[in-house]
Amino acid sequence: MAQLIKNHSPASDSWSVLQLAEGETPETVALPAGDVIFPLAVWLARKAEIVSCHKRIGLLLQPDEPVEAVAGDLEYFIVIAVNFPKFVDGRGYSTAALLRQRYRYEGELRAVGDVLHDQLFYLKRVGFDSYALKEGKDPAVALQSAFATFGDSYQASTDQPQPLFRRRA
Amino acid sequence: MYQYDALDRQLVNERVAQFRDQVARWKAGALSDDEFRPLRLQNGLYIQRHAPMFRIAVPYGMLNSAQMRTLASVATQYDRGYGHFTTRHNLQLNWPKIEDVPDILAELAKVDMHAIQTSGNCLRNITTDQFAGVAADEIIDPRPLAEILRQWTTFHPEFAFLPRKFKIAISGTRDDRAVTWFHDIGLHLKEQDGQVGFTVIVGGGLGRTPIRGQVVREFLPWQHILTYCEAILRVYNRYGRRDNAYKARIKILVQALGVDAFAEQVEAEWAHSKDGPATITQAEFDRVAAHFGAPAYQSLSPLDAAFAEKIQHEKSFRNWVDRNTHAHKAPGYVAVTLSLKKHGVPPGDITSGQMLAVADLADRYSFGELRISHEQNIILADVRQADLHDLWQQAKAAGLATPNTGLLTGIICCPGGDFCDLANAKSIPIANAIQARFDDLDYLFDIGEIDLNISGCMNACGHHHVGHIGVLGVDKNDAEFYQVTLGGRQGNDAKLGKVIGPSFAAGEMPDVVDKIIKVYLENRHADERFLDTFDRIGIDPFKNRVYEGRAHGKAKAAEKEAA
Ligand code: SF4
Repeated sequence: MAQLIKNHSPASDSWSVLQLAEGETPETVALPAGDVIFPLAVWLARKAEIVSCHKRIGLLLQPDEPVEAVAGDLEYFIVIAVNFPKFVDGRGYSTAALLRQRYRYEGELRAVGDVLHDQLFYLKRVGFDSYALKEGKDPAVALQSAFATFGDSYQASTDQPQPLFRRRA
Repeated sequence: MYQYDALDRQLVNERVAQFRDQVARWKAGALSDDEFRPLRLQNGLYIQRHAPMFRIAVPYGMLNSAQMRTLASVATQYDRGYGHFTTRHNLQLNWPKIEDVPDILAELAKVDMHAIQTSGNCLRNITTDQFAGVAADEIIDPRPLAEILRQWTTFHPEFAFLPRKFKIAISGTRDDRAVTWFHDIGLHLKEQDGQVGFTVIVGGGLGRTPIRGQVVREFLPWQHILTYCEAILRVYNRYGRRDNAYKARIKILVQALGVDAFAEQVEAEWAHSKDGPATITQAEFDRVAAHFGAPAYQSLSPLDAAFAEKIQHEKSFRNWVDRNTHAHKAPGYVAVTLSLKKHGVPPGDITSGQMLAVADLADRYSFGELRISHEQNIILADVRQADLHDLWQQAKAAGLATPNTGLLTGIICCPGGDFCDLANAKSIPIANAIQARFDDLDYLFDIGEIDLNISGCMNACGHHHVGHIGVLGVDKNDAEFYQVTLGGRQGNDAKLGKVIGPSFAAGEMPDVVDKIIKVYLENRHADERFLDTFDRIGIDPFKNRVYEGRAHGKAKAAEKEAA
């Protein structure tokens, strides 16, 4: 199991991701109860149904899935998980930046997939606030130093909307 | 030049600590090779054929004498006493130990240097004109904005894992000397209606699929350059191809969408951030620009009498002045190229001893500052005419005064098969063989201005596509061969060379170049440079001469059959 880190400490995870088995389609898959993170396609196909039977709703975005598709739906989500199938696939950083900066999403924003120690600083900067650390990666190492690699940053991003040059003494 | 403040320094030091920790975790097995690879690449560390290769950044080509001395001591202590300047303002060490790299970085950090993002699929070192701030044809000094861009690229959280590498070049002169038409983003500073801004070019690049960049915006006021670049990068990060590394550069995306559709997407993206907090303030521009003020020039007459006298009487001094000095804004001053193109030495290579000599020369004659050019030479930007003769003698003693800048043997050359894992063929021995063939200075001067560029593979680190004569190493049934192109050029009319025909074996290359030169000499009109003659007579006369008496194509196949 991936270890969840939230608010800079290990956290338990109540959410499960709905996985489509072979032959299941977004239109026909059974919607489980509980805290469920729905793939985008399921959300788009079954929105009314999901809203009617779930109070707490999560969404999963893949790297190639545009945030624009859910820009009007963000109030429904308690958590949005952004998947990093490979940590070198950097599209999720733009996804997060857009969700936070442009669409003002304020719920939990979770990095899932190939989430390693050495990317946590950048993930935090663009607006993630929870991290499903890849299995086998020591959460202690992550918590010790990974979020504080750098004491400041030049650019504006989600966690610091003012670039350094506007703050420089 | 730009002086780090406490914060700039803190970030570089934190980077050293971060990388030290990453190396330790990799050695302990907590980081896999795959996990470590992008981390080390973003600190300039490759694992190569013989040893690791380590690439140190010289942002927009500027460094001071203290930094040069540190490079010298690092090369002595951790390597074999030399380094190699690349075509993108970097110094490469060919033989460091991986375990030593954190210590090397710590040494570099002491003089505000680093290897941040010198490799990997991220925002790379910003490059510019080696004569920035002093060139007689300069419209606007690009260095303050280059530094502002450097800071913006450094640890940009959204763009650390792009589809592919991303290179930005910026130029502020009438004649483009920064190859801006062949970068992912090329920026031309200009003035329009009293306002300073950029023409923004996107999607150029050499490499496997050489493409000239296209203008996405004719004029962008300078204040918006960060938000505009962010818009470009965001479109690229989201939509650039990630399925095939050979098709992942932004040029492929721009080609696929068409420049107009691409520009539309960028403008739509930019509309959200335009005038936002990342808009550069006048105060920030002024803060940075203050570091690039003109040094304390003396007021001198445009022509020093003693200098004029020496030029008259000493031919070899005159030759050197002719090739290796360049017009300067300030009367009585010139910019000087210290050539790293001595015949028989790998082009761009410099020993620790030479680095120290160069640092001394900078202190003595050029306000303690140096530049690296994309032609892999060192520039002293602010030298008094009256000092040239002394400088020349000292440079000569250090092996740095070969008067071949812009001539046939001032070759741009990548490390090639001697060092680089990606190479198809060696490039240094080809450069040296051509230098040996054309070792007669009078002849070289007679041939005149000509750029010969060599790359060991289609990654084109040696910029072969834009050489007047371009040489590309290719692999033919496991043997090293060389493809020749003619008519390429950098500058405002930057253009790719045309392939002359089937490739050649290494041993043939000096003859091939010789024949090309002969065709030029036989056909040139008075005052025609190689390129002018080429443009007038076309490629055929060269082709005919080079392949004269050679069976190729069908005839060669038939010959092989028969054998
Ligand atoms: S052009 Fe090819 S061989 Fe030469 S340095 Fe670049 S990658 Fe290596």
